Amino acid sequence: MIGSSAAGPAAPAAAITVTQAAGRPAAPWRLLLRRPTFVVGGIILLFWIVCAVFGNQIAPHNPLAQSLLATNNGPSGAHWFGTDQLGRDVFSRVIAGARDILIIAAGATALGTVLGTALGLVMGYLGGIVDTLVGRVVEAVIALPVVIVAFLFIVAIGHSTGTLILVIGFVFTPLIARTVRSAVLVESQLDYLSSARLLGEKPVRIMVVEVLPNVLPAVLVESTVRLGYAIFAVATLSFLGFGVQPPTPDWGADIYANYGVLPAGYWWETLFPALAIASLIVGVNLVTDAIEQVLAS
Amino acid sequence: MTAADTTAAPNAAGGAGPALAVEHLDVTYRVRGQARRALRDVSFQIGRSESYGLVGESGSGKSTAALALTRYLPRNGRVSAGSVSINGMDPLAMGPAALRDLRARTVSMVYQEPGRALNPSIKVGRQVAEVYEIAGLHRNDALERAEAMLRKVQIADPHRVMERYPFQLSGGMAQRAVIAMALAAEPALLILDEPTTALDATVEAEVLDLVAALREEFDTSILFISHNLAVIAKMCDRVGVLYAGELIEEGPAREVFDAPRHPYTVGLLRCIPRGGQRKDHGRLDTIPGFLPPPGAELTGCIFAPRCPIAEDRCREAAPPAFPVGTDRTSRCYLHEAAAELPRSTPADIELPTVRPDSRPIVALEGVSKTFGSHGEAVKALVGVNLSLEAGETLGLVGESGSGKTTLARALLGLIEPDQGSVITLDGEALRPDAKRRPRDQLKALQIVFQNPDSALNRRHTVRRLISRPLARLAGLSGARLRERLADLVRSVRMEERQLSLRPSQLSGGLKQRVAIARAFAGGPRLVVCDEPTSALDVSVQAAILNLLVDLQAKERVTYLFISHDLGLVRYLSDRIAVLYLGRIMELGPAETVFAGPHHPYTEALLSAVPSLDGQRPERIRLTGEIPSAADPPSGCVFHTRCPRRLPTGECESSEPPLREVAPGHLMSCHIPIDQLTVLQRSGAGTVTREDPP
Amino acid sequence: MATYILRRLGLALVTLWLLSVIVFFAGQVLPGDPGRAILGPLAAQSAVHALDQQLGVGRPLLSQYWSWVSGLVHGNMGISYQLRSPVAPQIGAALVNSIKLAALAFVIVVPLGIVGGVFAALRYGRAADRLISVSGLSAATVPEFVSGIVLIVIFAVELKWLPVQASAGAGASVGSQLDHLILPAIPLVLVLFGYIARMARAGTIEALDSDYARTATLKGLKRSVVIRRHVLRNSLLPTITVIATQTGYLVGGLVVVEHLFNYQGIGNLIWTAANGKDFPMLEAGVLTIGVVYMVATLIADVLYTVLNPRLRLGGAG
Repeated sequence: MIGSSAAGPAAPAAAITVTQAAGRPAAPWRLLLRRPTFVVGGIILLFWIVCAVFGNQIAPHNPLAQSLLATNNGPSGAHWFGTDQLGRDVFSRVIAGARDILIIAAGATALGTVLGTALGLVMGYLGGIVDTLVGRVVEAVIALPVVIVAFLFIVAIGHSTGTLILVIGFVFTPLIARTVRSAVLVESQLDYLSSARLLGEKPVRIMVVEVLPNVLPAVLVESTVRLGYAIFAVATLSFLGFGVQPPTPDWGADIYANYGVLPAGYWWETLFPALAIASLIVGVNLVTDAIEQVLAS
Repeated sequence: MTAADTTAAPNAAGGAGPALAVEHLDVTYRVRGQARRALRDVSFQIGRSESYGLVGESGSGKSTAALALTRYLPRNGRVSAGSVSINGMDPLAMGPAALRDLRARTVSMVYQEPGRALNPSIKVGRQVAEVYEIAGLHRNDALERAEAMLRKVQIADPHRVMERYPFQLSGGMAQRAVIAMALAAEPALLILDEPTTALDATVEAEVLDLVAALREEFDTSILFISHNLAVIAKMCDRVGVLYAGELIEEGPAREVFDAPRHPYTVGLLRCIPRGGQRKDHGRLDTIPGFLPPPGAELTGCIFAPRCPIAEDRCREAAPPAFPVGTDRTSRCYLHEAAAELPRSTPADIELPTVRPDSRPIVALEGVSKTFGSHGEAVKALVGVNLSLEAGETLGLVGESGSGKTTLARALLGLIEPDQGSVITLDGEALRPDAKRRPRDQLKALQIVFQNPDSALNRRHTVRRLISRPLARLAGLSGARLRERLADLVRSVRMEERQLSLRPSQLSGGLKQRVAIARAFAGGPRLVVCDEPTSALDVSVQAAILNLLVDLQAKERVTYLFISHDLGLVRYLSDRIAVLYLGRIMELGPAETVFAGPHHPYTEALLSAVPSLDGQRPERIRLTGEIPSAADPPSGCVFHTRCPRRLPTGECESSEPPLREVAPGHLMSCHIPIDQLTVLQRSGAGTVTREDPP
Repeated sequence: MATYILRRLGLALVTLWLLSVIVFFAGQVLPGDPGRAILGPLAAQSAVHALDQQLGVGRPLLSQYWSWVSGLVHGNMGISYQLRSPVAPQIGAALVNSIKLAALAFVIVVPLGIVGGVFAALRYGRAADRLISVSGLSAATVPEFVSGIVLIVIFAVELKWLPVQASAGAGASVGSQLDHLILPAIPLVLVLFGYIARMARAGTIEALDSDYARTATLKGLKRSVVIRRHVLRNSLLPTITVIATQTGYLVGGLVVVEHLFNYQGIGNLIWTAANGKDFPMLEAGVLTIGVVYMVATLIADVLYTVLNPRLRLGGAG
């Protein structure tokens, strides 16, 4: 009999066909795909990613092509989203605008996640002086909103995609580290870490092999949340003139460039990029929500 | 309703009919779209002033029963069939106002974790007074009555406690406050759901005595829910045994426990060491197989898959409740044969004897551990001297604050003891920090933790969990490792196919087997067993204990067995050490420590633990709470609660040394051993004392 | 408890110092050559050099840092490059303006968020709960400039209910000032609402599921009493800390909103400074914001300690 201690006469047999195991849990992917939030969010994300990668091929017009004859035209058959003040096709600019914002947001999030996870592991597991000292630095950085820090560094170093990724990633690192640290602290109450110490395992190995797999769910959720914020931040920075520089198509920058003519009634130049931003963020949030729900069960 | 009216409450003995009548109750939960029956056709009654015990392991549905009675099932649960009647009223059919009234005046509940049952942001006094306010009193009157009630539950300084917040109370005191709240309304029915499981043995005894006394005074009927058979035996007139949601046996408690008539009850009772049973007398019996998964609908008797005497008719149709005596029933076709149930585990066992002159393998000298600093120093261990010999089992007994866990961790190097502490292995000093210990030292000392969920990395497979120590400690790899892995798996009675599973896919017992395999992987010489079965069901416990005994015989390891369960300690241990506030009070051969003469603390501890075998002689009552380790009493740390304290004042002023009072038997007490022997044998000489200042 | 507050204050000062180092590093050290950064790549080297001298660039870092910090402590925040006048008064005035706007947003969003969150928790799983949760989520994802623009178009341009400008002009009455500030406050409210409501909801759900809520219900108390007396005081405690940490987001939002509505608050000031590479102004502004945030979290921590009996009384008595 499975797991019983009967070493003697055969224990009463077969009627247990149900196993003691809880059964193989369904693979996480399947669970995610069953959720409508994930599917909707995923589709939105996928759409924009395709735009980001193939933007220039898909767009009906050249996003940079100006036409001084066709400025400020409303949506029409030739220009689905109308044209802006320089006669550029808004639809093409919206499609192409996905690229930079996604690259920067994804890059910053990835950077922040890697650094933040490493930092959080060290702070949470090693504790002591390291935790206190680094904690102070973390607190200091957190005191400043992304946008403000970005100002400071961009003014100092200059605009470029790389700078943006670095700055946003740098600001995200302590935020992610804080979450990872909390998750690590929860794990450090558990006995399996003591067992690892009793095997003579080295701290680095313990952090990576024992603790990290258990905090990965938290890391995953946190990084998807951060991705949403990253998009938010890039859009805002672009709107303020500190993000992607014209004439590169960018939603935030385009809004900034065109909102002056809003009172004149040329709403399409601002609305469509705004909807693009909103849809992308909502897509990311839906995916995050689905991941959180799946991990919680 | 004013205070004066409380005596006219519905529970007055004038009410006819039982206090509680449950008929054919079914409770169903909806989980992930599927309906699962947690309780199946449960029927029982509790008469006026009667105490009824509902006993069962995890998954039996006992807590569900309590929740259903008060209509506090979670959102996804409901009563799908049957009826409940409390004092003649039907809680399931009531409107909200009537239900509130029922809860306020007729039924009260006390739960397992008293600290959590109280609102952390409201003072205790207010919370108790709230009950009186609901009954219609004004604030000040209610507070007065609350204070009186707190005094009634033997809280020494009720006025001070009223001003406290729950986190400032000890577990025992908090539970008393909760009991005060429950009885303040003078209910007809008091439901207690594992009320003392979270409490220390001596505190538990006090609380149980309190409940018994109050029950008499208030004439309340009691529904006592627990997994602990001994506690039920002590507290209840009648008992009902729940298995997988069905009430399979019922009757007067003494009769059911002395002469059970259902194979499950028989098996359950055999899992527990009784009457001073020891490992060399024979193995504990086990119940093979597993609980049916929750909500599984089986045809036939629900216990049939695990029953050694099941016949075809058992599997075809569920047995009704057969009457088997006055007021007794058993749901078994073969209830007559139940008493002669064949064992599922053979009784005999080969054990190595502990050679009396073998050198100690591990010795602790002057081991102390202080947490915190200066102002708030907590002395978890103070000057502990102990040695363990090859092949023996040393039982470590103590309540919370005794330092037993700290001792184990210091031994293993997980905690650094204070300067001056010396721990040696084979005469060689061990480095205080496990990080610094060489491989052979790490190999030699291993541990099985209490909670397998916490002790196993839930992201690793079983194979990895056991292979790692094989690689790190035993230095194996490749084919040799695989061979040894297979060996280990067999020796803990698991199957190869379970190697690729993760802990979340295993039951509690299986997880603990993995933990044991892991501990033995490196070929240790000493294994610390820190409450290895406390988190497991009784039926699983026996299997694990048998496994531990067998492995010890085969591998010749020494065990440091830590447990709060004295029955288990007595069963397994060759020698016993009793700890109190970080100091060893007594150390000696198991039988002597149990039979006497023994330290007054041991004496009190033994008398506090309820046993299945009927009442024990005069209970030694310990007054007061366990003192805080941050501020230990002067002299003998036990003197504040010791019923045998010497009138000479010696106990308050000087700490007695741990000295040998008989060969191999050490005690830390000022009372000379001959005097103790006489006193304890005659049952006299206990000093009645007021509470400590 | 007093020791706790003192310790907290001490830590805050350390953090503040670290903050100043970061700001200084970004402002003075990174640009490498502030003179070049200000004058641009086309300016003559001699002009750059002269400006550098003027800015004190050649001096050792530590002495630069020291003079900056000691200046700050004395209330001297340096001279703005763009305005050629002291920074401090500008910051002061701008801060006051921003605080008015932020206060209005807070006054609206905190009660709204708490009520929304608690209400959603009480209707857990039902339509109202989903509605509040989802709308909170959506509102929080729309950047302030987007919602701001939409609001301007609808309320100020089309309907003409509210003024476009955020400043009411010097000496305006309180009512008139409020009138002008409502529109800019709304984007801030939208972004913060989701977060606060979510925390309040989570806290309330946890309290509702707790053992003490069960005890209270089984005592026979009415549900409303259980919620009012037992649940709320425990569920709202964690929300306090969260509200304080929202100041970070609030300030970020302020920059955008002030820019959009052309409001002379500190956010706009920083933006202008950044655009003009006005380092003294920029650094002072950033540091000020950091200080505001830290003060807010300090207050929140102290408030939390005072309200939580376990922390107030310090462990088992």
